[in-house]
Amino acid sequence: MSSATVEFSPWTDPDTTPLISFEGVTKRFGNFTAIDNINLNIYPREFFALLGPSGCGKTTLMRMLGGFEEATEGTITIDGQDMAGIPANKRAVNMMFQSYALFPHLTVADNIAFGLHRSPMPKSEIQGRVDEMLRLVQLQKFAKRKPHQISGGQRQRVALARALAKAPKLLLLDEPLGALDKKLRQETQFELMDIQETTGTTFVIVTHDQEEAMTVASRIAVMDNGLLKQVDTPDRIYETPNSVYVADFIGDVNIVTGTATTVDGDATQLTWAEGVAPIKGMTGAQVTQGEPASFVIRPEKVSINKSEPEASNKVQGQVLDIAYLGNMSTYHVELPNGQIIKSQTANNRRIARRDITWEDTVWLSWTETAGIVLRD
Amino acid sequence: MRRMTSFNVVSLTLGFAFLYIPMLILIIYSFNESKLVTVWAGFSIKWYGELLQNEAFLDAAWVTVKVGFFSSTIATVLGTMAAFVLVRSGRFFGRTLFSGMIYAPLVMPEVITGLSLLLLFISLSVDRGVFTIVLAHATFSMCYVSVVVSSRMATFDQSLEEAAYDLGCTGWDAFKSVTLPIIAPAVISGWLLAFTLSLDDLVIASFTAGPSSTTLPIKIFSSVRLGVSPEINALSTIIIGLVTVGVIVASITSKRALVRRQQETV
Ligand SMILES: Nc1ncnc2c1ncn2[C@@H]1O[C@H](COP(=O)(O)OP(=O)(O)OP(=O)(O)O)[C@@H](O)[C@H]1O
Ligand SMILES: [Mg+2]
Repeated sequence: MSSATVEFSPWTDPDTTPLISFEGVTKRFGNFTAIDNINLNIYPREFFALLGPSGCGKTTLMRMLGGFEEATEGTITIDGQDMAGIPANKRAVNMMFQSYALFPHLTVADNIAFGLHRSPMPKSEIQGRVDEMLRLVQLQKFAKRKPHQISGGQRQRVALARALAKAPKLLLLDEPLGALDKKLRQETQFELMDIQETTGTTFVIVTHDQEEAMTVASRIAVMDNGLLKQVDTPDRIYETPNSVYVADFIGDVNIVTGTATTVDGDATQLTWAEGVAPIKGMTGAQVTQGEPASFVIRPEKVSINKSEPEASNKVQGQVLDIAYLGNMSTYHVELPNGQIIKSQTANNRRIARRDITWEDTVWLSWTETAGIVLRD
Repeated sequence: MRRMTSFNVVSLTLGFAFLYIPMLILIIYSFNESKLVTVWAGFSIKWYGELLQNEAFLDAAWVTVKVGFFSSTIATVLGTMAAFVLVRSGRFFGRTLFSGMIYAPLVMPEVITGLSLLLLFISLSVDRGVFTIVLAHATFSMCYVSVVVSSRMATFDQSLEEAAYDLGCTGWDAFKSVTLPIIAPAVISGWLLAFTLSLDDLVIASFTAGPSSTTLPIKIFSSVRLGVSPEINALSTIIIGLVTVGVIVASITSKRALVRRQQETV
């Protein structure tokens, strides 16, 4: 997805030292386990996204990095230093809070200067740094305003400037863009990526929005119930999820359950209904022959045709529903055994010229490498 | 707005008359020429002049102000700290007991509070004077302060303090630079409340005052027993005036603070 000339992938290089490392970190509140034995390395200059359903422990993980929660077990190191017992005000880490947490009694400029006044920076340089930050987030005109006198999007940028002012090694962003409308959010995402590139800060971002994670992140961690389900680049998370959970969580997906009948290297066949040919797909993580498994495939990888195509996987069904999304349409096709498969195609023709409509009998097809067979 | 019916007008008039006629009479008679409180003999401000000559009253007034200032300051510090612990510490062993015990003096009869303080001072053989009244007043008014401050603390966004730590504050610095300025209106109204309570307290002050430390309420009460003098009317009028100004200022500031908070929590 990212098309940088020099591939940025420090996680593949065993010689790079991580900026952050979690080793067997567990966090319990009473007897409730919020974070369950996590091992994770995050590298300098990464834009690392934490993704997962509500209550899965994203904020908790963040707060442990910020110094607001202590790990119950395991060690967290930042820049080689064990963080146990080090309070928030002694860490080279800054956090941008979900609620922004701007100080209501201080002006925008004073909010940004707040951390600088408590740093070794000489007094004479503070004003310059504040101006630089105001320029970065384009708020020069609002320096003298109080937080309640600016808009939501501007407040969010003040919070970002305040967290960046001390030039932390690590910036934590807890759902930073949650309050913004879609357009402003997209603009801000690119702004964030820009800022990250110019400042060289490592970002860890929590988000509910998987599209946002795909856009900004160098790597994504998908969490569930305090566990890390998969940590990978956005394209690998999307293309080769390691579990049905991850596949289902990220984007739209078709899931066909059955039994892995033949596992032959990269290729696996899944028997899923009587009297039809098995589905051929890629072998996913930990699939074993004869065990129950699921075939997952993205709707945009399924082609839809009125006539029988030449393909290694093809099934016939009836169009149940068509969802028109403007630039694309999603066809819900019911197979004879009741299974519903979604197929998504770009609308490169006007709607009136579409040749497939409700109740039509159609052929769905996909290649051998379009989908993946995963263990249940 | 609906029009007032004549019934409403009558009940409103009666209610206010009931509340304010006694004070109005007191104020009118403070400008009475005659020494007799019940006979009107023309307008004069001479009793105000005499009041300023009366050393005993002036001393008592000074003691009252001192006691009010120091006791409400101590009560504000202690009450704010108590409010903090109550709102912040979440559940700790004995929390319910602790919060109950902080609020109990609100409903405790003053006679009992006064008596128990008196017994305490006697058993510790502390000489009664300004110091003991200050302690006594701080004791009973700190619970009022903690009620006022904790109701503000309950709506205080804790992530503001975390943000302060995150930006390098120590605990005290975070309190001083972030928490206190934000809850300041509540702390100030707590202080004003404590000051007012201290000013008009008679019962507890009587128990804990010494011979050299008469407060104004004690002084007024004891002189009235010898007969009401126009001087007392004059003094009371001044006090009514001061309290009125105080109440107006307090309500204006708290209204402003409310409006500001509503703006800030968008
Ligand atoms: N201080 C606490 N005491 C007890 N339980 C807590 C505490 N903080 C968090 N939890 C629990 O830990 C779990 C993870 O919480 P966390 O705030 O990390 O979730 P999250 O992934 O950030 O969710 P969301 O997306 O809704 O913000 C939740 O079930 C929550 O109830
Ligand atoms: Mg959260």
